[in-house]
Amino acid sequence: MTHPDGPGSPRGPLAPLQDRVRAHLPNPGLAAGKSAAPFVAAIMIALLMEHAIGPAVGLTWTKILLDVGIAIVLAGSLNVVNGYAGQFSLGQAGFMLVGGYAAAWLTFYGQIHFFDICPSGVEIDITDGKMCDPSTIVVTKEAVTCALVDCFSGKGATGGFLGSGQLLFLAGCILGGIVASLFGLLVGLPSLRLRGDYLAIVTLGFGEIVRVIGQISAIQPKDPTEIKARSMTELLNNLGASEGFSQIPDYTSQGTPGAMFWVFFFAFLVLIFIYRLKYSSKGRALLAIRENEIAAEAMGVDTTRQKVVAFVFSAFFAGIGGALYAHQIQALDPKELGFQKSIDLVIIVVIGGMGSITGIVLGAAILVILPELFREFSEYRMVVYALALVVVMILRPQGIMGIQELWELSPWRKLVQRIKRRGNK
Amino acid sequence: MDLRGWLRPKMFLLVLAALLACSKKEDGGSGPIKIGHFASMTGAQATFGISTDRAIQLAIKERNAKGGVKGRMIELKTIDDAGKQSEAATAVTRLINDYGAVAILGEVASSLSLAGGPIAQKSKIPMISPSSTNPDVTAIGDYISRVCFLDDFQGWVVAKFAFENLKAKKAAVLYDQAQAYSSALGKFFEEAWTEMGGTITVKAAYTGGNLEISSQLQQLAGSESDVIFLPGYYSDAATIIRKAREAGIKATFIGGDGWDSEELSKIAGNALDGNYFANHYSPLEDRPDVKNFVAKYKAEYKAEPDGLAALGYDAALLLFDAMERAKSLAGPDLRDAINQTKNFTGVTGTFSIDAKRNAKKSAVIIGIKDGKQTIAARIEKK
Amino acid sequence: MSDLLQTLINTLALGGLYALIALGYTLVYGILRFINFAHSDIVAWGGWLAFTIASGLGFLSGAPGFAMPLVMLITMAICAAMGVTIELLAYRPLRKAPRLNVLITAIGVSLFLQNVGMNDKLFGTRPTTIVPMMPNTELFSIGKVPVRLYDVLTIVLALVLVVALERLVYRTKMGRAMRAVSFDERVASLMGINVNVVVSVTFALGSALAAAGGILFALRNDLRLTSDSTWVLLGLKAFVAAVVGGIGNVRGAAVGALLIAFVEVFVHFYITRFFSGTEWVGKLQDVYVFMILIAVLMWKPSGLFGKSTVEKV
Repeated sequence: MTHPDGPGSPRGPLAPLQDRVRAHLPNPGLAAGKSAAPFVAAIMIALLMEHAIGPAVGLTWTKILLDVGIAIVLAGSLNVVNGYAGQFSLGQAGFMLVGGYAAAWLTFYGQIHFFDICPSGVEIDITDGKMCDPSTIVVTKEAVTCALVDCFSGKGATGGFLGSGQLLFLAGCILGGIVASLFGLLVGLPSLRLRGDYLAIVTLGFGEIVRVIGQISAIQPKDPTEIKARSMTELLNNLGASEGFSQIPDYTSQGTPGAMFWVFFFAFLVLIFIYRLKYSSKGRALLAIRENEIAAEAMGVDTTRQKVVAFVFSAFFAGIGGALYAHQIQALDPKELGFQKSIDLVIIVVIGGMGSITGIVLGAAILVILPELFREFSEYRMVVYALALVVVMILRPQGIMGIQELWELSPWRKLVQRIKRRGNK
Repeated sequence: MDLRGWLRPKMFLLVLAALLACSKKEDGGSGPIKIGHFASMTGAQATFGISTDRAIQLAIKERNAKGGVKGRMIELKTIDDAGKQSEAATAVTRLINDYGAVAILGEVASSLSLAGGPIAQKSKIPMISPSSTNPDVTAIGDYISRVCFLDDFQGWVVAKFAFENLKAKKAAVLYDQAQAYSSALGKFFEEAWTEMGGTITVKAAYTGGNLEISSQLQQLAGSESDVIFLPGYYSDAATIIRKAREAGIKATFIGGDGWDSEELSKIAGNALDGNYFANHYSPLEDRPDVKNFVAKYKAEYKAEPDGLAALGYDAALLLFDAMERAKSLAGPDLRDAINQTKNFTGVTGTFSIDAKRNAKKSAVIIGIKDGKQTIAARIEKK
Repeated sequence: MSDLLQTLINTLALGGLYALIALGYTLVYGILRFINFAHSDIVAWGGWLAFTIASGLGFLSGAPGFAMPLVMLITMAICAAMGVTIELLAYRPLRKAPRLNVLITAIGVSLFLQNVGMNDKLFGTRPTTIVPMMPNTELFSIGKVPVRLYDVLTIVLALVLVVALERLVYRTKMGRAMRAVSFDERVASLMGINVNVVVSVTFALGSALAAAGGILFALRNDLRLTSDSTWVLLGLKAFVAAVVGGIGNVRGAAVGALLIAFVEVFVHFYITRFFSGTEWVGKLQDVYVFMILIAVLMWKPSGLFGKSTVEKV
């Protein structure tokens, strides 16, 4: 696309920038379809992963694929703010932690509060101050007797597929996303006018602040009687302090029914979201901000608002990622989700390609699976990543995929064009 | 066709999936008995994992020389978790599904045991933690047990020693707010101390690694405490004690098993004299079990075995003992044998596995005098 | 009264420490407009190199008086060389690239230094100390408050180096060149300034100061692994100090450092004393830094001594 530009040109001096922004226009043939289709697609793919691929690959690879799925959700979230808007955020782990806490609060306390089910999946009845197995309660004139239940030693995951437990988990994930996005708003608003480097430090600081908030919270009561006695809002402060939040109900760990489903359901939703975002006007605005913020402002893009919106969406998905993570590991240690984790996510997005959906899938897959394949060299893993970052930035800063998608690569395009031409004959 | 980009990631995953489809390996009843160990062999906590692993390998070597268990040799696979929870979960998954371990040993850090434990529990494979002291670890389920004492016991032990042996009345606590272990141990001490009748003067927090704590030390200096409980890891504790002495703090410092390392006196120097810490055992103990173990470990690895090594050794030995007693090596049978262990004698003492799958043991209080460790007291189990 | 005095001394010492490290950040940012994430790792390496050299020369089992200055000078020289090399290999190729890219590269260099340092062949994974080389003797006391060697050394060294740097930046030809490049790189090069040399000198100076900071930190707090979060947080706080004072400004970095130290030591002490009933107040020490950063960025983003620049198209 070459146009003459210069002082005498009718197009004006900002023309090259306008061209670059227009270059990100969507390919009309691939415009996003109807609203319901993405959800249906996500559900179908998730079911495929859950019932076909999961059992086929065995538990070890299920765990690895679950890790990849969660990494996709997190890298996708980072993609919105780093990749599209070009704002450098190093605080995704902080949003993860927030989302994880919120979701765990709902599932752990809520499970006992609303459904009388222990974290181990055993049902209880609190009778006379005793934790009873409901099937053994005997009421006589003198007293109530029952077989006592140890709320924690036991059988594992809670609730069947799409049972009440899993709906609580779904609500937890969404709650985690919402709470994280509120924090995203809190962090994004004052950070508007900051340049890339400063934003990096502020977001890093945010991660540390979340860690300290977690450490200041009160300990996590484990006694169901006590939990039932207190209201859910009272329990908001009980996030485990420095000991962390443990015994989170198991919903997304390998071997649990529904794990693959939920993780890949969200992973695909995130991918679809950022795909539609990229080719929407909001997405174009973000990409414009990334290319040249001042020019974008001159073109009428409300940079302030768009940056905050990017932040909020990014935090939302990071919160969901955190919820998925918390229910996989079943323990949330505030120290574990620190800036090291944020940097791990940045590595995925940078190497895969910031701004490309295929890029982040590729990055997530490579950076989760490769270390598993090369376990003997685990000692040098971080050194390799570090060198990879430097080398990629010097030789191919756009990452493997750059900002392109797989379907934009020329051989694929040629094939599509040939098919189209044949169709037109 | 250019496979770069679109097909590659998806095909990659599918091909791998097909190639690596595997089912859980079962123990066939003959051939070597497989044990898995997950530990931090790299990363910041590498010294913990390596110490434990060496002791386990020593135990296996000795046992195999005596004919193994039920005539079968014992084989070990150790997978590194690099100190991360997610990797701990993967490590246990691999050990159980790919390697086919009949039992898992691990971990030292409670947060990592909390990450790996649920998988062992779900897969019905017994897991014995050598050194995780957080009460929540065994609460995961009936397949998880441990051979060390708990933090609530440890806190009580230190309080008892300070109250009865040191005749202290006022104690301060300086704990690491970023470490679950330190924070929990500090709380247990506080509970036990106030129950015994002592008073807590100051409860101050620091963040591990950030030792510019002059204001905390100032607080402590002005608190007129008899003892200061310092339940942190040795790397922080050593520096803090030295700084405290420089700041003019005269109180006696007491720590927990986190102090157990040869670097402690190296870093703290003379400042360490006159302080104490609770531990699972001491290489100086007079018992023949201890003397044998220390000699063998020194011969093999040219280093003195610390508490973690002793616990790793005992965990392995207890596992072998349980395997001998068990009806079979299947999960439920092995679990029962482990959980029913009574009066097992190991390097760290004689103990039984109780109903909550914890070990009721005694603790040793180690004192430092003239740069050398001495055994100041032995506090029996409650 | 003695509490106040003790707190003041602690504040000055910590402030001096932060200042030494902040100077490196502020100089590099002033000239190249990016945060050198790897700076905190030079600090770490400075401490560890000092340990390696000291133990190699046998200074850790009894050392003569000149041991510390010798080790410090050697370490500063090595780190200066390291800084220049890193700039040459990792940052110079990206001189014209978007700032974000350099930032990511800096993170890569930082990770590299952290993990290579941890290798058994280099510094290993066991914490250690360099105190035996120069114990923290009590020099004198003001009333009941002891004044010790490390605090005095930190304050004096920080003061000397800050003043020296100030003179260099404002009174020498090289300093003028540095300031010119920080105003406008292209015009400076048009005026005959060799930008590459200026950049190298800046990195050398910053890294040498970082090494000094690292050695002092190692004396005061012993040596953790290179990959420990200690170093990153130390660097972070020093960078915040530079921002608070006005990035690119030498005096600002020193003042910012003192301010941060003031809050972390002085304010923290009196707040915990005031709220001695509540435990969680004492846990906030880590976040004061970020609260100050956010406050400064919201009200005067250019920092206390900085001048706001208008970004031209």
